[in-house]
Amino acid sequence: MGVGIQVENLNAWYGKSQALHDINLTVEANHATALIGPSGCGKSTFIRCLNRMHETSPEARVQGKVKIGELDAYNGTSPTQLRRRIGMVFQKANPFPTMSIYDNVAAGLKLNGYSDKKHLDEIVERSLQSSALWEEVKDSVHKKSGASLSGGQQQRLCIARALAVEPEVLLMDEPCSALDPISTGKIEELIFQLKEQYTIVIVTHNMQQAARVAEFTGFFLLGRMIEYDKTEKIFTNPSDKRTEDYITGRFG
Amino acid sequence: MASLRGPVPDSTGSKPPHGVLEISWWRRVADHLATGFAVVTVVLVLAPLVAIFGYLVYKGIGSINLAFLTQIPKPPGELGGGMANAIAGSVLILAIASLLGVPVGIGAGIYLAEYGRNRFGDSIRFVSDVLNGVPSIVIGIVAYTIVVLRQKHFSALAGGVALAIMMVPTITRTTEEMLLLVPNVLREAAYGLGVPRWRTTLSIVLRTATSGIITGVMLAFARVAGETAPLLFTAFGNQYWNWRVDQPTAALPLQIFTYAISPYDDWHRQAWAGALVLIVLIVTAVAAVRFAVRRGTLGGVA
Repeated sequence: MGVGIQVENLNAWYGKSQALHDINLTVEANHATALIGPSGCGKSTFIRCLNRMHETSPEARVQGKVKIGELDAYNGTSPTQLRRRIGMVFQKANPFPTMSIYDNVAAGLKLNGYSDKKHLDEIVERSLQSSALWEEVKDSVHKKSGASLSGGQQQRLCIARALAVEPEVLLMDEPCSALDPISTGKIEELIFQLKEQYTIVIVTHNMQQAARVAEFTGFFLLGRMIEYDKTEKIFTNPSDKRTEDYITGRFG
Repeated sequence: MASLRGPVPDSTGSKPPHGVLEISWWRRVADHLATGFAVVTVVLVLAPLVAIFGYLVYKGIGSINLAFLTQIPKPPGELGGGMANAIAGSVLILAIASLLGVPVGIGAGIYLAEYGRNRFGDSIRFVSDVLNGVPSIVIGIVAYTIVVLRQKHFSALAGGVALAIMMVPTITRTTEEMLLLVPNVLREAAYGLGVPRWRTTLSIVLRTATSGIITGVMLAFARVAGETAPLLFTAFGNQYWNWRVDQPTAALPLQIFTYAISPYDDWHRQAWAGALVLIVLIVTAVAAVRFAVRRGTLGGVA
Protein backbone atom coordinates (compact mmCIF):
# COMPACT_ATOMS: atom_id res chain seq x y z
CA MET A 1 0.00 0.00 0.00
CA GLY A 2 1.25 3.47 -0.78
CA VAL A 3 2.13 6.05 1.83
CA GLY A 4 2.05 9.82 1.72
CA ILE A 5 5.10 12.05 1.43
CA GLN A 6 5.69 15.22 3.40
CA VAL A 7 8.38 17.66 2.41
CA GLU A 8 9.25 20.66 4.57
CA ASN A 9 11.68 23.47 3.71
CA LEU A 10 13.75 21.36 1.37
CA ASN A 11 16.87 23.00 -0.04
CA ALA A 12 19.44 21.32 -2.26
CA TRP A 13 22.76 22.34 -3.70
CA TYR A 14 25.25 21.18 -6.31
CA GLY A 15 28.50 22.56 -4.96
CA LYS A 16 27.81 26.27 -4.49
CA SER A 17 24.83 26.58 -6.78
CA GLN A 18 21.48 26.10 -5.13
CA ALA A 19 19.13 23.88 -7.13
CA LEU A 20 16.11 23.87 -4.81
CA HIS A 21 14.74 26.66 -2.64
CA ASP A 22 12.42 25.98 0.30
CA ILE A 23 10.18 23.34 -1.22
CA ASN A 24 7.08 22.45 0.81
CA LEU A 25 4.83 19.74 -0.50
CA THR A 26 2.46 17.05 0.67
CA VAL A 27 1.96 14.12 -1.69
CA GLU A 28 -1.24 12.13 -1.26
CA ALA A 29 -0.93 8.40 -0.74
CA ASN A 30 -2.15 6.18 -3.59
CA HIS A 31 -2.40 9.00 -6.08
CA ALA A 32 -0.20 10.11 -8.94
CA THR A 33 1.46 13.49 -8.59
CA ALA A 34 3.10 15.07 -11.61
CA LEU A 35 5.91 17.60 -11.50
CA ILE A 36 6.22 19.84 -14.53
CA GLY A 37 8.46 22.73 -15.46
CA PRO A 38 11.11 23.75 -17.96
CA SER A 39 14.50 22.02 -18.17
CA GLY A 40 16.78 22.76 -15.27
CA CYS A 41 13.97 23.89 -12.96
CA GLY A 42 14.87 21.37 -10.27
CA LYS A 43 12.08 18.82 -10.63
CA SER A 44 14.47 15.91 -11.16
CA THR A 45 16.67 17.12 -8.32
CA PHE A 46 13.56 17.23 -6.18
CA ILE A 47 12.53 13.61 -6.67
CA ARG A 48 16.16 12.55 -6.29
CA CYS A 49 16.04 14.15 -2.85
CA LEU A 50 13.06 11.97 -1.91
CA ASN A 51 15.09 8.74 -2.06
CA ARG A 52 18.41 10.40 -1.19
CA MET A 53 19.78 9.78 -4.67
CA HIS A 54 20.77 13.43 -4.87
CA GLU A 55 23.60 12.94 -2.40
CA THR A 56 25.30 10.39 -4.68
CA SER A 57 26.26 13.23 -7.04
CA PRO A 58 29.61 14.82 -6.32
CA GLU A 59 29.46 17.80 -3.96
CA ALA A 60 25.70 17.56 -3.60
CA ARG A 61 24.07 18.72 -0.36
CA VAL A 62 20.54 18.65 1.04
CA GLN A 63 18.81 20.45 3.89
CA GLY A 64 15.25 20.11 5.12
CA LYS A 65 12.81 17.46 6.12
CA VAL A 66 11.36 14.61 4.06
CA LYS A 67 8.94 12.10 5.52
CA ILE A 68 7.98 8.99 3.58
CA GLY A 69 4.96 7.76 5.51
CA GLU A 70 6.25 7.57 9.08
CA LEU A 71 9.87 7.33 8.01
CA ASP A 72 12.07 10.41 8.42
CA ALA A 73 14.30 10.17 5.34
CA TYR A 74 17.18 12.32 6.55
CA ASN A 75 17.07 11.54 10.25
CA GLY A 76 17.88 8.11 11.61
CA THR A 77 17.33 6.31 8.30
CA SER A 78 20.11 4.97 6.10
CA PRO A 79 19.87 5.62 2.36
CA THR A 80 19.69 1.89 1.65
CA GLN A 81 16.84 1.37 4.15
CA LEU A 82 14.98 4.28 2.62
CA ARG A 83 15.49 3.21 -0.99
CA ARG A 84 14.18 -0.27 -0.32
CA ARG A 85 10.80 1.37 0.31
CA ILE A 86 10.95 3.68 -2.70
CA GLY A 87 11.14 2.42 -6.25
CA MET A 88 12.70 4.57 -8.94
CA VAL A 89 12.31 4.54 -12.71
CA PHE A 90 14.78 6.60 -14.70
CA GLN A 91 14.61 8.68 -17.84
CA LYS A 92 16.58 6.18 -19.86
CA ALA A 93 15.76 2.53 -19.38
CA ASN A 94 18.71 1.01 -17.54
CA PRO A 95 18.37 -2.77 -17.24
CA PHE A 96 21.51 -4.54 -16.00
CA PRO A 97 23.07 -5.67 -19.29
CA THR A 98 24.79 -8.78 -17.94
CA MET A 99 21.61 -10.18 -16.39
CA SER A 100 18.70 -12.12 -17.82
CA ILE A 101 15.20 -10.67 -17.66
CA TYR A 102 14.52 -12.80 -14.57
CA ASP A 103 17.67 -11.67 -12.79
CA ASN A 104 16.95 -8.05 -13.62
CA VAL A 105 13.58 -8.23 -11.92
CA ALA A 106 14.94 -10.24 -9.01
CA ALA A 107 18.02 -8.01 -8.65
CA GLY A 108 16.71 -5.84 -5.83
CA LEU A 109 15.90 -8.90 -3.71
CA LYS A 110 18.86 -11.06 -4.68
CA LEU A 111 21.45 -8.32 -4.20
CA ASN A 112 20.00 -7.65 -0.78
CA GLY A 113 20.54 -11.25 0.17
CA TYR A 114 17.12 -12.79 -0.47
CA SER A 115 17.32 -16.22 -2.08
CA ASP A 116 14.10 -18.23 -1.61
CA LYS A 117 13.88 -19.53 -5.17
CA LYS A 118 10.19 -20.39 -5.14
CA HIS A 119 9.13 -17.09 -3.68
CA LEU A 120 11.43 -15.24 -6.12
CA ASP A 121 9.74 -17.00 -9.05
CA GLU A 122 6.38 -15.76 -7.81
CA ILE A 123 7.58 -12.22 -7.27
CA VAL A 124 9.23 -12.05 -10.70
CA GLU A 125 6.08 -13.27 -12.44
CA ARG A 126 3.84 -10.94 -10.46
CA SER A 127 6.09 -7.92 -11.05
CA LEU A 128 6.29 -8.59 -14.78
CA GLN A 129 2.53 -8.94 -14.87
CA SER A 130 2.08 -5.66 -13.02
CA SER A 131 4.31 -3.93 -15.53
CA ALA A 132 2.39 -5.52 -18.44
CA LEU A 133 5.46 -7.28 -19.78
CA TRP A 134 4.81 -10.87 -18.69
CA GLU A 135 2.89 -11.96 -21.78
CA GLU A 136 5.64 -10.71 -24.08
CA VAL A 137 8.58 -12.31 -22.28
CA LYS A 138 7.25 -15.27 -20.29
CA ASP A 139 8.95 -17.83 -22.51
CA SER A 140 12.36 -16.24 -22.36
CA VAL A 141 12.84 -14.76 -18.88
CA HIS A 142 15.94 -16.88 -18.30
CA LYS A 143 17.15 -17.03 -21.88
CA LYS A 144 17.16 -13.40 -22.90
CA SER A 145 19.27 -10.57 -21.58
CA GLY A 146 17.44 -7.49 -20.31
CA ALA A 147 19.36 -5.43 -22.84
CA SER A 148 17.97 -7.44 -25.77
CA LEU A 149 14.44 -6.06 -25.34
CA SER A 150 13.06 -3.06 -27.21
CA GLY A 151 13.24 0.38 -25.61
CA GLY A 152 9.65 0.34 -24.40
CA GLN A 153 9.96 -3.20 -23.08
CA GLN A 154 13.18 -2.26 -21.29
CA GLN A 155 11.40 0.57 -19.51
CA ARG A 156 8.60 -1.78 -18.43
CA LEU A 157 11.29 -4.21 -17.26
CA CYS A 158 12.76 -1.42 -15.14
CA ILE A 159 9.31 -0.75 -13.69
CA ALA A 160 8.96 -4.47 -12.87
CA ARG A 161 12.40 -4.37 -11.24
CA ALA A 162 11.32 -1.43 -9.09
CA LEU A 163 8.02 -3.10 -8.15
CA ALA A 164 9.68 -6.39 -7.18
CA VAL A 165 11.01 -4.94 -3.93
CA GLU A 166 7.42 -4.00 -3.04
CA PRO A 167 7.96 -0.30 -2.49
CA GLU A 168 5.41 2.09 -1.04
CA VAL A 169 6.34 4.94 -3.33
CA LEU A 170 7.30 4.88 -7.00
CA LEU A 171 9.37 7.77 -8.35
CA MET A 172 9.44 8.18 -12.12
CA ASP A 173 11.90 10.60 -13.68
CA GLU A 174 10.61 11.33 -17.19
CA PRO A 175 9.96 7.62 -17.79
CA CYS A 176 8.61 8.11 -21.32
CA SER A 177 10.90 10.75 -22.75
CA ALA A 178 12.90 8.21 -24.76
CA LEU A 179 9.89 6.21 -25.94
CA ASP A 180 7.60 6.22 -28.97
CA PRO A 181 3.89 7.09 -28.58
CA ILE A 182 2.72 3.46 -28.39
CA SER A 183 5.16 2.54 -25.62
CA THR A 184 4.32 5.81 -23.89
CA GLY A 185 0.64 4.90 -24.02
CA LYS A 186 1.36 1.51 -22.42
CA ILE A 187 3.36 3.07 -19.60
CA GLU A 188 0.69 5.67 -18.93
CA GLU A 189 -1.94 2.97 -18.76
CA LEU A 190 0.32 1.19 -16.32
CA ILE A 191 0.66 4.27 -14.12
CA PHE A 192 -3.12 4.37 -13.96
CA GLN A 193 -3.28 0.85 -12.57
CA LEU A 194 -0.25 1.17 -10.34
CA LYS A 195 -1.52 4.12 -8.40
CA GLU A 196 -4.13 1.92 -6.77
CA GLN A 197 -1.31 0.28 -4.87
CA TYR A 198 1.51 2.79 -4.89
CA THR A 199 2.06 6.47 -4.39
CA ILE A 200 3.48 7.76 -7.65
CA VAL A 201 5.53 10.89 -8.22
CA ILE A 202 6.26 11.45 -11.89
CA VAL A 203 8.47 14.10 -13.45
CA THR A 204 7.47 14.88 -17.00
CA HIS A 205 8.23 17.32 -19.76
CA ASN A 206 4.99 16.47 -21.40
CA MET A 207 2.09 18.49 -20.03
CA GLN A 208 -0.53 16.34 -21.72
CA GLN A 209 0.98 13.39 -19.94
CA ALA A 210 0.68 15.13 -16.58
CA ALA A 211 -2.94 15.95 -17.36
CA ARG A 212 -3.65 12.35 -18.37
CA VAL A 213 -2.11 10.44 -15.48
CA ALA A 214 -1.92 12.67 -12.41
CA GLU A 215 -4.52 13.91 -9.91
CA PHE A 216 -2.11 16.51 -8.56
CA THR A 217 0.43 18.64 -10.35
CA GLY A 218 3.27 20.81 -9.12
CA PHE A 219 4.87 23.47 -11.29
CA PHE A 220 8.58 24.13 -10.77
CA LEU A 221 10.52 27.14 -12.00
CA LEU A 222 14.13 28.08 -11.25
CA GLY A 223 14.38 25.78 -8.25
CA ARG A 224 11.14 26.93 -6.63
CA MET A 225 7.76 25.30 -6.55
CA ILE A 226 5.50 27.98 -7.95
CA GLU A 227 2.19 26.23 -7.63
CA TYR A 228 0.82 22.93 -6.45
CA ASP A 229 -2.80 21.95 -6.83
CA LYS A 230 -5.25 19.53 -8.37
CA THR A 231 -4.21 18.83 -11.94
CA GLU A 232 -7.52 20.09 -13.27
CA LYS A 233 -7.06 23.40 -11.49
CA ILE A 234 -3.46 23.83 -12.68
CA PHE A 235 -4.40 23.27 -16.28
CA THR A 236 -7.68 25.16 -16.40
CA ASN A 237 -7.43 27.90 -13.85
CA PRO A 238 -3.92 28.35 -12.44
CA SER A 239 -3.60 30.95 -9.71
CA ASP A 240 -0.09 32.05 -10.64
CA LYS A 241 0.62 34.03 -13.79
CA ARG A 242 3.89 32.11 -14.40
CA THR A 243 2.08 28.77 -14.34
CA GLU A 244 -0.39 30.05 -16.86
CA ASP A 245 2.38 31.35 -19.12
CA TYR A 246 4.11 27.97 -18.98
CA ILE A 247 1.09 25.75 -19.63
CA THR A 248 -0.09 27.95 -22.47
CA GLY A 249 3.33 27.64 -24.05
CA ARG A 250 4.49 31.20 -23.70
CA PHE A 251 7.92 30.04 -22.47
CA GLY A 252 9.79 26.88 -21.51
CA MET B 1 -0.04 11.26 -53.79
CA ALA B 2 2.57 13.69 -54.93
CA SER B 3 0.10 16.52 -55.07
CA LEU B 4 -0.82 16.00 -51.43
CA ARG B 5 2.75 16.49 -50.37
CA GLY B 6 3.35 19.59 -52.39
CA PRO B 7 6.01 19.96 -55.04
CA VAL B 8 8.44 17.08 -55.24
CA PRO B 9 11.78 16.99 -57.03
CA ASP B 10 11.48 15.71 -60.57
CA SER B 11 12.03 12.00 -60.25
CA THR B 12 11.13 11.01 -63.80
CA GLY B 13 14.44 12.00 -65.37
CA SER B 14 16.97 9.17 -65.62
CA LYS B 15 19.86 11.37 -64.51
CA PRO B 16 19.83 13.15 -61.15
CA PRO B 17 20.53 16.87 -61.24
CA HIS B 18 24.18 17.69 -61.20
CA GLY B 19 25.73 18.12 -57.78
CA VAL B 20 23.01 16.34 -55.85
CA LEU B 21 23.83 12.68 -56.13
CA GLU B 22 26.95 12.73 -58.21
CA ILE B 23 30.14 12.28 -56.24
CA SER B 24 33.09 14.25 -57.49
CA TRP B 25 36.11 12.34 -58.80
CA TRP B 26 38.26 13.79 -56.06
CA ARG B 27 36.05 12.39 -53.32
CA ARG B 28 36.22 8.96 -54.93
CA VAL B 29 40.00 9.15 -55.06
CA ALA B 30 40.22 10.41 -51.46
CA ASP B 31 37.94 7.58 -50.36
CA HIS B 32 40.14 4.96 -51.99
CA LEU B 33 43.30 6.59 -50.67
CA ALA B 34 42.00 6.58 -47.10
CA THR B 35 40.84 2.98 -47.33
CA GLY B 36 44.13 1.96 -48.90
CA PHE B 37 46.08 3.69 -46.16
CA ALA B 38 44.07 1.87 -43.47
CA VAL B 39 44.71 -1.49 -45.13
CA VAL B 40 48.45 -0.79 -45.43
CA THR B 41 48.71 0.10 -41.72
CA VAL B 42 46.89 -3.10 -40.76
CA VAL B 43 49.36 -5.09 -42.84
CA LEU B 44 52.25 -3.22 -41.21
CA VAL B 45 50.91 -4.10 -37.78
CA LEU B 46 50.29 -7.75 -38.57
CA ALA B 47 53.43 -8.40 -40.61
CA PRO B 48 55.93 -8.55 -37.70
CA LEU B 49 53.56 -10.78 -35.71
CA VAL B 50 53.08 -13.20 -38.58
CA ALA B 51 56.79 -13.09 -39.43
CA ILE B 52 57.89 -13.80 -35.86
CA PHE B 53 55.40 -16.59 -35.35
CA GLY B 54 56.17 -18.09 -38.75
CA TYR B 55 59.92 -18.01 -38.15
CA LEU B 56 59.48 -19.53 -34.68
CA VAL B 57 57.43 -22.37 -36.11
CA TYR B 58 59.97 -22.87 -38.91
CA LYS B 59 62.94 -22.99 -36.53
CA GLY B 60 61.34 -24.58 -33.50
CA ILE B 61 58.78 -27.14 -34.60
CA GLY B 62 61.45 -29.67 -35.63
CA SER B 63 62.85 -29.85 -32.10
CA ILE B 64 59.55 -30.28 -30.33
CA ASN B 65 59.03 -33.90 -29.46
CA LEU B 66 57.90 -35.97 -26.52
CA ALA B 67 61.34 -35.80 -24.89
CA PHE B 68 61.40 -32.00 -25.13
CA LEU B 69 58.06 -31.76 -23.35
CA THR B 70 58.67 -34.45 -20.72
CA GLN B 71 62.39 -34.53 -19.89
CA ILE B 72 64.68 -32.22 -17.99
CA PRO B 73 67.88 -30.88 -19.58
CA LYS B 74 70.81 -33.21 -20.24
CA PRO B 75 74.31 -32.19 -19.11
CA PRO B 76 76.13 -29.89 -21.57
CA GLY B 77 77.39 -31.73 -24.61
CA GLU B 78 74.91 -34.59 -24.40
CA LEU B 79 72.21 -34.61 -27.05
CA GLY B 80 68.49 -34.76 -26.24
CA GLY B 81 66.73 -33.82 -23.04
CA GLY B 82 64.03 -31.19 -22.81
CA MET B 83 62.54 -28.25 -21.04
CA ALA B 84 59.75 -29.93 -19.06
CA ASN B 85 60.99 -28.46 -15.78
CA ALA B 86 61.18 -24.98 -17.31
CA ILE B 87 57.63 -25.24 -18.68
CA ALA B 88 56.37 -26.35 -15.26
CA GLY B 89 58.47 -23.65 -13.57
CA SER B 90 57.01 -20.93 -15.80
CA VAL B 91 53.50 -22.13 -15.02
CA LEU B 92 54.31 -22.08 -11.28
CA ILE B 93 55.88 -18.60 -11.33
CA LEU B 94 53.06 -17.15 -13.47
CA ALA B 95 50.47 -18.69 -11.16
CA ILE B 96 52.14 -17.04 -8.16
CA ALA B 97 52.41 -13.73 -10.03
CA SER B 98 48.73 -13.81 -11.04
CA LEU B 99 47.61 -14.83 -7.57
CA LEU B 100 49.45 -11.84 -6.08
CA GLY B 101 49.14 -9.29 -8.86
CA VAL B 102 45.58 -9.69 -10.16
CA PRO B 103 43.71 -9.08 -6.87
CA VAL B 104 45.92 -6.12 -5.96
CA GLY B 105 45.60 -4.61 -9.45
CA ILE B 106 41.84 -5.04 -9.65
CA GLY B 107 41.39 -3.81 -6.09
CA ALA B 108 43.42 -0.69 -6.78
CA GLY B 109 41.50 -0.14 -10.02
CA ILE B 110 38.18 -0.37 -8.16
CA TYR B 111 39.41 2.13 -5.60
CA LEU B 112 40.52 4.57 -8.28
CA ALA B 113 37.32 4.35 -10.30
CA GLU B 114 34.77 4.30 -7.49
CA TYR B 115 36.41 6.21 -4.64
CA GLY B 116 39.54 7.81 -6.07
CA ARG B 117 38.30 11.21 -7.24
CA ASN B 118 40.70 12.98 -4.91
CA ARG B 119 44.34 13.88 -4.46
CA PHE B 120 45.24 10.50 -2.98
CA GLY B 121 43.73 8.83 -6.05
CA ASP B 122 45.69 11.14 -8.34
CA SER B 123 48.94 10.24 -6.63
CA ILE B 124 48.17 6.52 -6.96
CA ARG B 125 47.49 7.06 -10.67
CA PHE B 126 50.81 8.88 -11.05
CA VAL B 127 52.80 6.25 -9.13
CA SER B 128 51.12 3.49 -11.11
CA ASP B 129 52.07 5.11 -14.42
CA VAL B 130 55.65 5.57 -13.26
CA LEU B 131 55.80 1.95 -12.09
CA ASN B 132 54.67 0.91 -15.56
CA GLY B 133 57.76 2.57 -16.99
CA VAL B 134 60.31 1.16 -14.53
CA PRO B 135 62.74 -1.17 -16.35
CA SER B 136 62.04 -4.81 -15.57
CA ILE B 137 65.59 -5.46 -14.38
CA VAL B 138 65.06 -2.85 -11.65
CA ILE B 139 61.90 -4.64 -10.56
CA GLY B 140 64.00 -7.80 -10.40
CA ILE B 141 66.42 -6.06 -8.05
CA VAL B 142 63.52 -4.96 -5.86
CA ALA B 143 62.22 -8.53 -5.61
CA TYR B 144 65.79 -9.69 -4.93
CA THR B 145 66.04 -7.24 -2.04
CA ILE B 146 62.68 -7.88 -0.43
CA VAL B 147 62.40 -11.64 -0.98
CA VAL B 148 65.68 -13.29 -1.93
CA LEU B 149 67.84 -11.50 0.66
CA ARG B 150 65.40 -12.35 3.42
CA GLN B 151 64.98 -15.97 2.41
CA LYS B 152 68.72 -16.22 1.78
CA HIS B 153 68.16 -18.07 -1.49
CA PHE B 154 66.54 -17.72 -4.90
CA SER B 155 62.98 -18.95 -5.26
CA ALA B 156 59.89 -19.25 -7.44
CA LEU B 157 58.18 -16.95 -4.95
CA ALA B 158 60.73 -14.20 -5.60
CA GLY B 159 60.20 -14.58 -9.36
CA GLY B 160 56.43 -14.46 -8.85
CA VAL B 161 56.69 -11.32 -6.73
CA ALA B 162 58.81 -9.58 -9.38
CA LEU B 163 56.33 -10.43 -12.14
CA ALA B 164 53.35 -9.50 -9.91
CA ILE B 165 54.83 -6.03 -9.34
CA MET B 166 55.05 -5.66 -13.12
CA MET B 167 51.44 -6.78 -13.62
CA VAL B 168 49.86 -4.44 -11.09
CA PRO B 169 50.06 -1.05 -12.87
CA THR B 170 48.65 -2.36 -16.16
CA ILE B 171 45.78 -4.14 -14.41
CA THR B 172 45.08 -1.15 -12.17
CA ARG B 173 44.75 1.36 -14.96
CA THR B 174 42.76 -0.86 -17.33
CA THR B 175 40.41 -1.87 -14.50
CA GLU B 176 39.89 1.79 -13.63
CA GLU B 177 39.17 2.71 -17.24
CA MET B 178 36.79 -0.19 -17.75
CA LEU B 179 34.86 0.63 -14.57
CA LEU B 180 34.55 4.27 -15.60
CA LEU B 181 33.01 3.11 -18.87
CA VAL B 182 30.13 1.50 -16.96
CA PRO B 183 27.26 4.00 -17.31
CA ASN B 184 26.37 5.77 -14.09
CA VAL B 185 22.68 4.99 -14.63
CA LEU B 186 23.44 1.35 -13.75
CA ARG B 187 24.90 2.37 -10.40
CA GLU B 188 21.86 4.54 -9.80
CA ALA B 189 19.52 1.70 -10.75
CA ALA B 190 21.12 -0.47 -8.08
CA TYR B 191 21.17 2.29 -5.45
CA GLY B 192 17.51 2.90 -6.25
CA LEU B 193 16.75 -0.70 -5.28
CA GLY B 194 18.36 -0.16 -1.90
CA VAL B 195 21.51 -2.08 -2.80
CA PRO B 196 24.47 -0.85 -0.72
CA ARG B 197 27.37 0.74 -2.50
CA TRP B 198 29.90 -2.07 -1.95
CA ARG B 199 27.43 -4.60 -3.29
CA THR B 200 26.66 -2.40 -6.30
CA THR B 201 30.36 -2.15 -7.07
CA LEU B 202 30.89 -5.90 -6.87
CA SER B 203 27.70 -7.25 -8.42
CA ILE B 204 26.79 -4.59 -10.95
CA VAL B 205 29.77 -2.43 -11.89
CA LEU B 206 32.48 -5.07 -11.75
CA ARG B 207 30.28 -7.64 -13.44
CA THR B 208 29.37 -5.29 -16.28
CA ALA B 209 33.03 -4.46 -16.87
CA THR B 210 34.27 -8.06 -16.57
CA SER B 211 35.29 -8.63 -20.16
CA GLY B 212 37.27 -5.38 -20.34
CA ILE B 213 39.03 -6.13 -17.06
CA ILE B 214 39.90 -9.63 -18.27
CA THR B 215 41.48 -8.06 -21.36
CA GLY B 216 43.65 -5.91 -19.11
CA VAL B 217 44.61 -8.87 -16.96
CA MET B 218 45.52 -10.95 -20.00
CA LEU B 219 47.59 -8.10 -21.46
CA ALA B 220 49.53 -7.88 -18.23
CA PHE B 221 49.86 -11.65 -18.06
CA ALA B 222 51.13 -11.95 -21.63
CA ARG B 223 53.61 -9.17 -21.05
CA VAL B 224 55.22 -10.68 -17.96
CA ALA B 225 55.07 -14.27 -19.20
CA GLY B 226 57.99 -13.62 -21.53
CA GLU B 227 60.03 -11.52 -19.09
CA THR B 228 63.57 -12.73 -18.53
CA ALA B 229 65.40 -9.92 -16.74
CA PRO B 230 63.34 -9.89 -13.53
CA LEU B 231 63.79 -13.65 -13.16
CA LEU B 232 67.60 -13.65 -13.50
CA PHE B 233 68.28 -13.12 -9.81
CA THR B 234 64.92 -14.08 -8.37
CA ALA B 235 63.77 -17.43 -9.77
CA PHE B 236 67.35 -17.93 -10.96
CA GLY B 237 66.78 -21.09 -12.99
CA ASN B 238 67.26 -24.74 -12.16
CA GLN B 239 68.48 -27.76 -14.15
CA TYR B 240 66.17 -30.09 -12.23
CA TRP B 241 62.54 -30.44 -11.30
CA ASN B 242 61.28 -28.15 -8.58
CA TRP B 243 57.77 -27.86 -7.23
CA ARG B 244 58.54 -25.85 -4.12
CA VAL B 245 57.85 -22.13 -4.12
CA ASP B 246 60.84 -21.42 -1.88
CA GLN B 247 63.41 -23.08 -4.14
CA PRO B 248 65.21 -21.87 -7.27
CA THR B 249 63.04 -22.67 -10.26
CA ALA B 250 63.57 -23.04 -13.97
CA ALA B 251 61.53 -20.79 -16.26
CA LEU B 252 61.13 -20.87 -20.03
CA PRO B 253 62.52 -17.39 -20.74
CA LEU B 254 65.58 -18.11 -18.57
CA GLN B 255 66.14 -21.48 -20.20
CA ILE B 256 65.82 -19.93 -23.67
CA PHE B 257 68.35 -17.27 -22.70
CA THR B 258 70.84 -19.82 -21.31
CA TYR B 259 70.51 -22.10 -24.31
CA ALA B 260 70.62 -19.32 -26.91
CA ILE B 261 73.97 -17.97 -25.67
CA SER B 262 75.47 -21.47 -25.32
CA PRO B 263 77.96 -22.84 -27.86
CA TYR B 264 75.94 -26.01 -28.61
CA ASP B 265 73.87 -26.42 -31.78
CA ASP B 266 71.46 -28.80 -30.05
CA TRP B 267 70.78 -26.21 -27.34
CA HIS B 268 70.22 -23.54 -30.00
CA ARG B 269 67.56 -25.72 -31.57
CA GLN B 270 65.99 -26.31 -28.18
CA ALA B 271 65.98 -22.56 -27.50
CA TRP B 272 63.90 -22.06 -30.65
CA ALA B 273 61.55 -24.82 -29.58
CA GLY B 274 61.30 -23.26 -26.12
CA ALA B 275 60.37 -19.89 -27.61
CA LEU B 276 57.65 -21.54 -29.69
CA VAL B 277 56.27 -23.38 -26.65
CA LEU B 278 56.28 -20.14 -24.64
CA ILE B 279 54.23 -18.29 -27.25
CA VAL B 280 51.80 -21.18 -27.64
CA LEU B 281 51.39 -21.31 -23.85
CA ILE B 282 50.60 -17.60 -23.67
CA VAL B 283 48.13 -17.71 -26.55
CA THR B 284 46.45 -20.81 -25.11
CA ALA B 285 46.13 -19.26 -21.65
CA VAL B 286 44.64 -16.03 -23.03
CA ALA B 287 42.22 -17.90 -25.29
CA ALA B 288 41.16 -20.29 -22.52
CA VAL B 289 40.43 -17.48 -20.06
CA ARG B 290 38.47 -15.54 -22.68
CA PHE B 291 36.45 -18.60 -23.54
CA ALA B 292 35.75 -19.40 -19.89
CA VAL B 293 34.70 -15.83 -19.13
CA ARG B 294 32.42 -15.64 -22.16
CA ARG B 295 30.71 -18.84 -21.09
CA GLY B 296 30.57 -17.71 -17.48
CA THR B 297 29.16 -14.18 -17.73
CA LEU B 298 26.75 -14.74 -20.56
CA GLY B 299 25.84 -18.31 -19.67
CA GLY B 300 22.57 -18.98 -21.42
CA VAL B 301 21.90 -15.35 -22.25
CA ALA B 302 21.54 -14.53 -25.92
